Amino acid sequence: METTVKINDLTENDLNWEITYDSQRCTRCGRCISTCTFYALEMKVEKRAYTVSEGPVPTPKRVFSTLPIVQQKSSLKNMCVGCGMCEKVCPNHAIRPVRNKDTREKLLNHAGGNTIKRGGRTNLSVERTLDSIKVGRISQMTDPSLDAIRHTFDIQSPFGRILGPDELPIKVEDDELKISGQMPPASWIYPIIFGDMSIGALSTRAWEAICIATAVLNEKYNIPIRMCSGEGGMPIKLMQSKYLKYVILQIASGHFGWNRIIKSMPDMIEDPAGILIKIGQGAKPGDGGLLMAAKVAKHIQEIRGVPKSDLLSPPNHQGLYSIEESVQKMFLSMNAAFKFKVPVAIKVAASSSSVSVYNNLLRDPYHIVGGFFMDGIQGGTGAANEVSLDHTGHPVVSKVRDAYLAAVKQGKQGRIPLWSGGGMGMTGDLAADAFKMICLGANGVFVGKILIQLLGCIGNDAGRCNQCNTGLCPTGICTQDYRLVQRLDVDKAAETLVNYMLSVDNEFRKLLAPIGNSTLPVGRSDALVSVDEAIANKLQIPYVC
Amino acid sequence: MCRIGCIKSLDPIHPAKALYLMLPQQKGHDNSGFAIVMTDLEGIFSKIKDKPMLSYSATLKGVRIVESYMKEKGFSKVFTWEPKTHSKVGQDFAKMPHYGFEAYDLPSGCEKCSPEERESLLLDVRLELRSILEQTDDGYVFSFWPDVLTIKEIGNPNHIGEFFGLWEEDDRIIGRNIMIQYRQNTNYDIVRYAAHPFFLQGYVLCANGENTFYVKNKEYQQSLHRGYLGFESDSQCFLYTLHYLHHELAWPLSYYKQVITPLPFEDLTNHPNKVVLNKIRESLAHLEINGPNTIIGMLPDNTLFTVCDSKKLRPVVVGTNGKMVAITSEVNGLNVIMPERNSEKDIYPNERETVIINDKLEIKRWKQQ
Repeated sequence: METTVKINDLTENDLNWEITYDSQRCTRCGRCISTCTFYALEMKVEKRAYTVSEGPVPTPKRVFSTLPIVQQKSSLKNMCVGCGMCEKVCPNHAIRPVRNKDTREKLLNHAGGNTIKRGGRTNLSVERTLDSIKVGRISQMTDPSLDAIRHTFDIQSPFGRILGPDELPIKVEDDELKISGQMPPASWIYPIIFGDMSIGALSTRAWEAICIATAVLNEKYNIPIRMCSGEGGMPIKLMQSKYLKYVILQIASGHFGWNRIIKSMPDMIEDPAGILIKIGQGAKPGDGGLLMAAKVAKHIQEIRGVPKSDLLSPPNHQGLYSIEESVQKMFLSMNAAFKFKVPVAIKVAASSSSVSVYNNLLRDPYHIVGGFFMDGIQGGTGAANEVSLDHTGHPVVSKVRDAYLAAVKQGKQGRIPLWSGGGMGMTGDLAADAFKMICLGANGVFVGKILIQLLGCIGNDAGRCNQCNTGLCPTGICTQDYRLVQRLDVDKAAETLVNYMLSVDNEFRKLLAPIGNSTLPVGRSDALVSVDEAIANKLQIPYVC
Repeated sequence: MCRIGCIKSLDPIHPAKALYLMLPQQKGHDNSGFAIVMTDLEGIFSKIKDKPMLSYSATLKGVRIVESYMKEKGFSKVFTWEPKTHSKVGQDFAKMPHYGFEAYDLPSGCEKCSPEERESLLLDVRLELRSILEQTDDGYVFSFWPDVLTIKEIGNPNHIGEFFGLWEEDDRIIGRNIMIQYRQNTNYDIVRYAAHPFFLQGYVLCANGENTFYVKNKEYQQSLHRGYLGFESDSQCFLYTLHYLHHELAWPLSYYKQVITPLPFEDLTNHPNKVVLNKIRESLAHLEINGPNTIIGMLPDNTLFTVCDSKKLRPVVVGTNGKMVAITSEVNGLNVIMPERNSEKDIYPNERETVIINDKLEIKRWKQQ
């Protein structure tokens, strides 16, 4: 029999993932189908022919029957994203998604001229500059290594505008230095900041898990870690609690949530840890924020003060047309709002022009910019066009180095602390990534994606899941659907995060000890070597092989 | 490890005393250099204490360059000490053709200059001469300051001492403060400028160990002051930080320790000066050191002090017999020059101490807390 092939019909082998299914192992319990948030599976019946023998002696006969089976939908709308929830719930190991390297999805998924949108991070830029860098300057003789377990280490970084020694309002009185004037606010915090993921982008439970982990790390383990709220406001009770001091409030171009923040100010019993003005984001530079309507649930509408619709933060801050102007308007107003007691920092996407911006801010005579956060191309997002994720952006490693060296040239290193993000810890080695960035000149790093991966996100940079934008997150982390949110055990998620950070803290010691340092080696590039000559040259560190 | 030492005495002493302080501390292949700085000079220098003295070594062409430069700048030479040298077969060090120790009258008009202007002039002359001589590799300028004498050479310290006749005590070449190092930092190129003690506008300093924050210190210091240059040794950073804090910022000496080895954050939580200490830590984070080091320093008024890194990974001891105080790496040196002293009163400074000795040999122990 000859079949006419309809080549424009969509079939499973056109999609990113194919479901491997063993009907003999399947008990038809239906768990896989009910678990799949993307409705990528369905029950079907198949006609089967097989041979049976029922008598005391072999009496084979051919029979036909119809068999209920689980099948993948051949649909772009309901395509399998490889999240593996079906495999997780199957009691008999009968089903699992398998990556289809011959996928045609990227060519076909444009109904009505739509662009492909997704969350996650770039799936193309997999080069890892940091992996070619080693901590190669090991103390052995003249400068002996330290004992990572017994020695005391001071693992903290400044957050806030730092004045030069000749600018400090200090006078000598009775052989002591005394403060004789006002100074910009600054505090010493852990060199890793839990990055800016909003309530809205994250489920309330996931956001809460990060809050809990932050509080536990501070209060129980004395690790002064700070988390950034993301653009989307905060629960009023948290703003009026003592825990506000661990939170950096973010303001971005949509100003989402700021109405409630401002209204809460009179009732705040603690100042927030800082304000982060988001100008750009490494995952989608030049693009604004985006929260799809699917995720704008009732509580999100309340926190942000918006109706249910796609929430777009503009790609620029309306009314700010120059760096000088932004310093005058936005930074000053944010400083003034908290009576000049809270550091105000800026977050930008790493770009060819980042150093110019940094230089300009360093020259700001009012000393009001308290941190320069640079986010690289390997940063994550809850929603973006795939073309932005994969094809726009700038690696952050050399850009941080460039910014640091630009400050060195002016003798102003450290005046505006440099914080780098975008792919930090993306291979699980957060301590090593942070440590190398610090040696290159960063004061610390900020992280996002790795946090949700620790909470339970199964998405990765090889195209697995990345459906943070759909509201259908199968792990309950990036969704506002209360049924899905129930999947996340908030306490276990927070515990995993705390455990990971405790191990990062230990790993920091294991990196500091061999180079003989008990405080953070900010700018100590001589501690690093690279096995890649081009990288070594660019970063001005030794090439080794 | 470099062996370092300094003697401060009520009565002027000869450099031989310092050589004997260091001799028993020699170990292994300590033959990479020798340097000595003497201040508060007497003997043949007693009548020119207020005249800036240029200490340098040069080729014959270099000598002519120096003469011509000083003349052009209006300095007139009023005193020269030409050490009687003793060359012997087998002396293991790189000799320069000429060693100059010359005192000058300042150019006319300088009598009206403020002390700061004079300090600045003397520094500029030294830096410019250094730069000129460097261009043709014709010499090295170590100090240009009143009442200060510097000798630096590369090679076997014992032989260098022998060459300059420093092993035999006399009352001609004497001073009340002598800072010395046997063996220079060998981690980088062995050059004369890398030999401690280092000198800048009356500040003298030597150190041992490795400055693990060398790159951080250097990158920051390069833009702070025109005199912060060279960096042939990672220990020069300690001198520049001292000069910057004490001379440029005019902060009390105790803040040297506060800046280079800040108190741990947990000790600052309830500290009465928490705000100031935090602010200077933030501001001067790039001047922090992370050891392992012992530093011996001297201020322009000849106040002597020693501090360690916060891990105290290098030895140092302070001893006195009432007539002189010595700070040095190892106690066996003290036993040679002051065998009669009460060694029970020797001070082994801890990682949070600054030990300060004034001209009356009063010893003050200041604890960073």
